[in-house]
Amino acid sequence: MTHKPFIDIRIVTYNIKSTVKGVRMIETILISARTIDQGATLEEKTSQAYFDAAAYCELNEGNLEALGVSVDQNVKVATAHGMVVLPAKIDARLPDDIVFIPMGPWANAIVDPDTCGCGMPGFKGVPATVEATTDPVLSMKELMATYME
Amino acid sequence: MPVIKDVVCTFCGCLCDDLEVNVEDNKIIKVGKACKLGRAKTMGMFLHERIEKPMIRKNGKDSELEECSYDEAITKAAEILVAAKRPMSYGWCSTSCEAIEKAVVLAEETGSLFDSTANVCHGPSALATQEKGAPSCSLGTAKNYADLIIFWGCNPVHAHPRHQTRYSTMAKGAFTPNGKKDKKMVVVDPRNTDTAKKADLLLQLTPGTDYVLIEALRAIVNGHEDVLPDEIAGLPKAKVMELADMCKASKFGIIYFGMGITQTRGRYKSGDNVSSLLSDLNQTNKFVMIGMRGHYNVTGFGQVAAWETGFPMAIDFSRGSAYYNPGETGTNDVLMRKEVDAFITGAADPGAHFPQESVKHLYTIPAIQVDGYANPTTEFSDVVIPAAIAGVECDGTAYRMDGQPIRMKKLIETTFKTDEEILTEIIAKVRELKGAEGGA
Amino acid sequence: MAEMVIKNGVVYDPKNGVDGERNEICIKDGKIVNNVGAGAKVVDAEGCLVLPGGVDGHTHCAGKINTARVMSPHDMRYSPIPGLSGPEPRTKLLRPQVGYNTPNTHAIGYRYSKLGYTTIAEAAITPMMARHMHEEFESIPILDKLALVLLGSNWQVMQYIQDGDSEMLKSYMAWALLASRGYGVKVVNPGGGSNWTWGKNVSGLDDKVIDFDVTPADILIGLAEANEALNLPHSIHVHCNNLGIPGNITTTLATMKLLEKVKASQDRQVMHLTHMQFHSYTGTSWADFASGSDQIADYINSHDHLTFDMGQMIFGPAMTMTADGPTEYRNARMFDAKWSNYDQELEDAGGIVPLAYSSQHFAHATMWSIGLELALLVKDPWKVMFTTDNPNGGAFVNYPEAQMLLMSDKKRQEVIAGFPDMTMDRISLPNIDRELDWGEMTVMTRSMPAKMLGLDVKGHLGAGADADVAIYDVKPDKVDVSVEHEAVKKALSFAKYTIKGGEVVVRDGDITALPKGKVYWVNAYENGIVQAEKDRLITDLEERFKKYYSMQFSNYMVEDAYVSRPVEMRPEVA
Repeated sequence: MTHKPFIDIRIVTYNIKSTVKGVRMIETILISARTIDQGATLEEKTSQAYFDAAAYCELNEGNLEALGVSVDQNVKVATAHGMVVLPAKIDARLPDDIVFIPMGPWANAIVDPDTCGCGMPGFKGVPATVEATTDPVLSMKELMATYME
Repeated sequence: MPVIKDVVCTFCGCLCDDLEVNVEDNKIIKVGKACKLGRAKTMGMFLHERIEKPMIRKNGKDSELEECSYDEAITKAAEILVAAKRPMSYGWCSTSCEAIEKAVVLAEETGSLFDSTANVCHGPSALATQEKGAPSCSLGTAKNYADLIIFWGCNPVHAHPRHQTRYSTMAKGAFTPNGKKDKKMVVVDPRNTDTAKKADLLLQLTPGTDYVLIEALRAIVNGHEDVLPDEIAGLPKAKVMELADMCKASKFGIIYFGMGITQTRGRYKSGDNVSSLLSDLNQTNKFVMIGMRGHYNVTGFGQVAAWETGFPMAIDFSRGSAYYNPGETGTNDVLMRKEVDAFITGAADPGAHFPQESVKHLYTIPAIQVDGYANPTTEFSDVVIPAAIAGVECDGTAYRMDGQPIRMKKLIETTFKTDEEILTEIIAKVRELKGAEGGA
Repeated sequence: MAEMVIKNGVVYDPKNGVDGERNEICIKDGKIVNNVGAGAKVVDAEGCLVLPGGVDGHTHCAGKINTARVMSPHDMRYSPIPGLSGPEPRTKLLRPQVGYNTPNTHAIGYRYSKLGYTTIAEAAITPMMARHMHEEFESIPILDKLALVLLGSNWQVMQYIQDGDSEMLKSYMAWALLASRGYGVKVVNPGGGSNWTWGKNVSGLDDKVIDFDVTPADILIGLAEANEALNLPHSIHVHCNNLGIPGNITTTLATMKLLEKVKASQDRQVMHLTHMQFHSYTGTSWADFASGSDQIADYINSHDHLTFDMGQMIFGPAMTMTADGPTEYRNARMFDAKWSNYDQELEDAGGIVPLAYSSQHFAHATMWSIGLELALLVKDPWKVMFTTDNPNGGAFVNYPEAQMLLMSDKKRQEVIAGFPDMTMDRISLPNIDRELDWGEMTVMTRSMPAKMLGLDVKGHLGAGADADVAIYDVKPDKVDVSVEHEAVKKALSFAKYTIKGGEVVVRDGDITALPKGKVYWVNAYENGIVQAEKDRLITDLEERFKKYYSMQFSNYMVEDAYVSRPVEMRPEVA
């Protein structure tokens, strides 16, 4: 008996939009968390160092190959709550069904805001898709500006 | 060259208090014994983009921040809070307890919602404590006694770099004189993290199945292993049995848990179940837990809020008395309901660490930031008030992740006002404005 | 400061032999004086009861209680006693209040003051956690405070006792009080806290502690002798082994007997036994569990080396919090209750479990009876302190309720009438008709706690005492407390006046001013320990900190910044 990852009921209606021919896409689970570089640059979030530390995503090598993407090429990570463009990196030890983004504005562009009535949004375990893109990665200020109405 | 010894590091909840800092001409030129995070924070003081002057945005969110005086910024902040119907005060976790006490007074005075970064961190751990309690110990007890260390949903190599050498895996204690040789270490995480490299056992569970795994362990500990399926949380039953056997064989076990418990499916119910597991295990072994707190004084916020108001977080003062209902009055819930009409934050960065929906609302309401450095929160703040860095430029109290209070030192002089001073001045201004209106 | 005179009061001041007399009380500069000038502010007591401010010599009000607060949002909204519990909004003067068993700091200050209490003793804090306690002390308004420091499972203490090094033990005890800005020495389940770190306990005075070659008896004798050698104002303050277990009376009696051989350094007990109710059980299990209050009272009536407090139970929800870690785990398993635990490195254990006591449960009904039996069967009120072990036996806002139980046999019989039959052959209370008079009640709630603690300026109204006075809307010569206990209870719950340090802080049950209280602490280190011994201690402590503690030696001691109004007491060196 194999347990599939649990998926929140309300995600059932989630419709993956990318149907463009020739674009390979994987379905995966987003996890965001601290990293030491993200932590070390926490007090300098306007710097290139913080951008380098927080604006990327990690997949395992197999996933990256399946996408036809090489290291540092941009991918679009999308969830029911938004999408973000990030350069891809390899974490060889990641399992197949996980995309990792360091905690920070880029991860939080697509995490699940629902607190399930207990105060805490869903920063981990969010169903996501990853696909190659030629779109650029937004800087911190550019990303924040997208929230202005 | 003067060396200040036993300096308290003000980065993470480890609150290491053995740093050695060299100061010359009021500049920190060397930081000894700190990890990468502590060094970056303490040394980085002079490298990072400091908010040098108070600033105000005069023409809406898309206008530029313009420099002003402290008085102007503080007056503007007070005006915003007094004019608001549903103000919120958030953060106050990378600052001293003395400042947090003032933040409580300001929240009471303005009838605000009042919450900490635990809202996006260990808030569910507090809820779990309310469900089932928190069997815990001090970090020194764990150092001296623990022969089984379980890191569940946390990654100390990245987030608490000195934890393992000072308090856990590698620490040598009274009954663990050989350090790692006297201990077993387990990591439970969907990722094979850097922390897991040195683990005796890694349980790489399916994301979001923590509750299932805890429940399975409880079944085994209570003698009901026969009811379990062959695969549990994406793991073979044998592997879960192995962890249960290690638990049963240990004399003193400890579960250090992180966001893998609090932010995943089940939220506080997983923490609640960890407590239940510990209650079960203590029938035969000693077993405790400690939450791996991120902000160095988020524990202190919980302490101050609890003794001042009765509640650790997510407090609503709009009724005059303290009201608490975290799923309703937690920061992200009220922001996403677009209920808040003014926002003050200090020593925290909601702009970087809140989900997109919450940040969107912050772009539509007057926002006040009290902080030492520019960050995403600065992007939408209408009033920006620069603050001294607690533990470097001013002293005060902080609480370690295990609830141990330690007094932070002042290392260098500064011309910036402290969080405590800024809050005190805002309170005075608010009272003045309310007095003028004839309010209570 | 302005002068004040309280006129037309019926004054009870047992220490000074005043028993319901219409004396004037004169106040100047925060102190009681013999007379004041004609311009003194007059407080007309209108024939009402005038007592020294209440002294709670054993309460859990700062430190551990904060974890209990986090555990119990339900308690914050609970309000069985309007005006003294539950949520109350801020006012122009007051901060918001919440809670019943675990109120916020501000509510603790306001509500004790409303009851006419002016001094409280936090009963259990480890030296390492003292900084936290002082932070809460600073936040509790009005009241004077002091702290009892846990040393009964402390590694240094056990090591020095094992080594037979009484000088080091003495030095460490004095240093620990200095480091924690503490007042006296608390011993909880001696040795048991240390064993609990391994998930074990001790079963009596003669068990070996697992990691040290000492027994609970060794610890008690060692600490008591060091306490007397240092000439500390308070004796050791002891929570016996085996709390809450049927048959524990054997351990309690043995503990009392054990201390007979220790000589007091001054005119007071050598040991105070706390929450005696929880330690006075006969039987071998809950099936034959019964009150042992007669045996305990017989012993205390015939010996003068100890005092005790009641630990009276109040029916309804309570919050138990104690350094007795194994007891709390047992409670949690027995009642399937939520359980918090804290093992403090090298120093002690601790646990917190919310419970509820029911008059319909024979065990609870029996425990309720035992507390009252103890206070009524012991003849000399100077041996008895009134407590509920707040909030273990019940919340302090119930003090007037429990005081009425001691003053009205009628009230007691009304409660007992509702008990399940299974209670009746386990208790002797129905046959005790003693009713305390105001003088005796004043001893148990004021004079005795102050004397027991060695606080000369508290608990009486003689010249030189702190001007802490409570005036209640009770006319002692007109009211029959035995019958009119409900009205008297209400009067005791909301003082007509509470005067703290010469300032009116309560008027007709409402808070009128928020002066900052003082913190009493004992410095027996500075003058009490010779330099060579100080050096020897510090050398050893530095080594222990390096090896075993998780914080630096230099960061350990409570800094002056945490005690803004200290009163440092230096015992005379013998």
